[in-house]
Amino acid sequence: MTDGLLVGPSKIIMTGPDLETQLEMYKNQVRVRYFEKKVYNLFLQGLVRGTTHLGAGQEAVSAGVSAALRPDDYVFATYRGHAAVIMRGASMSAVLGEMLGRANGLMGGKGGSMHLTDSEHYFMGCYAIVGAHLTIANGAAWSAVYRGTDQVAVAFFGDGATNIGAFHEALNLAAVWKLPVVFVCENNLYQEYTPIQSVTAVAHPAADRASAYGLEPVLVDGNDADAVFAAATRAVDRARSGDGPSLVEALTYRHGGHSRADPGKYRPDEEVKAWLERDPIPMYRSRLESLGVAAEQLVSIETAADEEVELGTEEALAAPLAGPATIWDHVFADGASWRR
Amino acid sequence: MAEITYREAIAVGIAQEMARDPLVVLIGEDVGASGGVFKATAGLFDQFGPRRVCDTPISEQAILGAAMGAAMTGLRPIAEIMFGDFLSVCHDMVANQIAKARYMTAGQLHVPLVIRFGNGGGLRFGAQHSQSVESWLMAVPGLKVVVPSTAADVIGLMAAAVRDPDPVMVLEEKVLYPLKGEVPDGEHVDELGVAVVRRPGRDATVVALGTMVHRALAAADLLSADGIEIEVVDLRSLVPLDVTTVGRSVMKTAHLFTVEENPRLCGWGAELASIVADEYFSELDGPIRRITSPHIPLPAADALEDATIPSIERVVEEVRKGLD
Repeated sequence: MTDGLLVGPSKIIMTGPDLETQLEMYKNQVRVRYFEKKVYNLFLQGLVRGTTHLGAGQEAVSAGVSAALRPDDYVFATYRGHAAVIMRGASMSAVLGEMLGRANGLMGGKGGSMHLTDSEHYFMGCYAIVGAHLTIANGAAWSAVYRGTDQVAVAFFGDGATNIGAFHEALNLAAVWKLPVVFVCENNLYQEYTPIQSVTAVAHPAADRASAYGLEPVLVDGNDADAVFAAATRAVDRARSGDGPSLVEALTYRHGGHSRADPGKYRPDEEVKAWLERDPIPMYRSRLESLGVAAEQLVSIETAADEEVELGTEEALAAPLAGPATIWDHVFADGASWRR
Repeated sequence: MAEITYREAIAVGIAQEMARDPLVVLIGEDVGASGGVFKATAGLFDQFGPRRVCDTPISEQAILGAAMGAAMTGLRPIAEIMFGDFLSVCHDMVANQIAKARYMTAGQLHVPLVIRFGNGGGLRFGAQHSQSVESWLMAVPGLKVVVPSTAADVIGLMAAAVRDPDPVMVLEEKVLYPLKGEVPDGEHVDELGVAVVRRPGRDATVVALGTMVHRALAAADLLSADGIEIEVVDLRSLVPLDVTTVGRSVMKTAHLFTVEENPRLCGWGAELASIVADEYFSELDGPIRRITSPHIPLPAADALEDATIPSIERVVEEVRKGLD
């Protein structure tokens, strides 16, 4: 039994992860935290082009969900998607390369920070138009059912997405068609610069809407990877066994601003302080220590993560810039020609 | 050779592809048991069942999102958006998501789907159910856009669209639904991006699309009585755009007219005129003239709609004036 389920069906037994899974989730959170710090530094040096949306503080959500998935389950994420893509298996150098406009980028520089995609790992993309990908995840889930593959589709989205039409269209269709899709709301309390509570009619923007689609409300501590894992495992099992979609709201907090242009000054100091004290990574580290994991093991995870980030950065910085000739590729299957 | 209506050809074309490929599915509002608001999908539900012919809620974003996600993961969906006007409520899916997925992901994802819908005026439905939206779509890189003008082309272009590796918008001209035409026996597959000369002529090239092809042909009969022989080119496809066929015709006639149902500004004819002026300038003996709807929302009343969309008489008049 995990304490992190804040609202949920009272009769369910929340299955906690085993220690191996916990160590994997710790590793993933640390890897992404170090990665985000590196991206921030590279941005300050003017090397990260365009914009970027850091997810430091929210790593436990992706860690918990990713650990509950099969390697061939489809994942759709948002423009704040570094954690999701890295935890599905994308190489750090390819993710960084994409942000640095390098030829080795996941998409060779075609997509940029907001559209990271790694189909080899069934990571079906980061989507930058709020809410759109919930409907697309439905399609992947529908296709999985049609093809009889038992795959599940997951869509991560922010609290801000719960007020756009696509969210409601997607939830309704998924429920009506009983699609194997898990909608995961990363509620970091702010839609860009505005408190979500000030623009939403209900207190919990996702969980309080669940009943409108015949779904159970699930609200979970998004800074606790174990709690997220338990809720995600249940939702994924439910999807895979043909019982339809789930909507999980994970409460979390981004440590920084919305995007590179935003210092996040609109947030009250006490609120920021309280959430920094609930930083998912030190909390999880303490839990692992209390479970008897040796300090050396945790340090070695952290050292490896640091090395991975440094190596990925070196590789990305050493890669050539994306070549202008590639702009003509991939408009259509046969190139860019619109005329005969 | 059987004679069927343009409307019947839609179901025939879709059935041909669904029978060929078990990954082809049809999704949309009322497309199932009811056979569609235009009865264009009648019979498909009985033939292929609810697993492959899927009714949806009135949720255009959800329809196209589902089609896109399915296409990305191995299916070959045909999505119906009832009226082209409704593309405006799911334009994100069309313009931002479906059109750009292949490009933004450097080919990791591709979206082989068909979006088909009723297009154009003539049925007195007013400005939100009658628009000719082809120019909206032509402006988005990554989309292919075809507009069949005959029953045979409905089948052949639908088949080509379903088999294409990229998203294809198939515009069904609502006013043509009852039009009968001969269709080939057996499987019929056409090619995207190939214009067809519907009537040869020496005096002027008149390029038209969809419904306007029939008006141009009727105008050709009237002009012919006066000794003016126009060559009518049915463009059939805006992307890919068959510049070669149009250019070849212009080299013969030295005059170019376009007949466009869409509102004036940025209509497809403007792009075609620009290309021909650029590449065939020395072949031209006069200015290129566009015959279009004026730049106004389409009004509903018979007299008003008729005064808006290019008529046979207007085509005759403008061609005559242009050749003077």
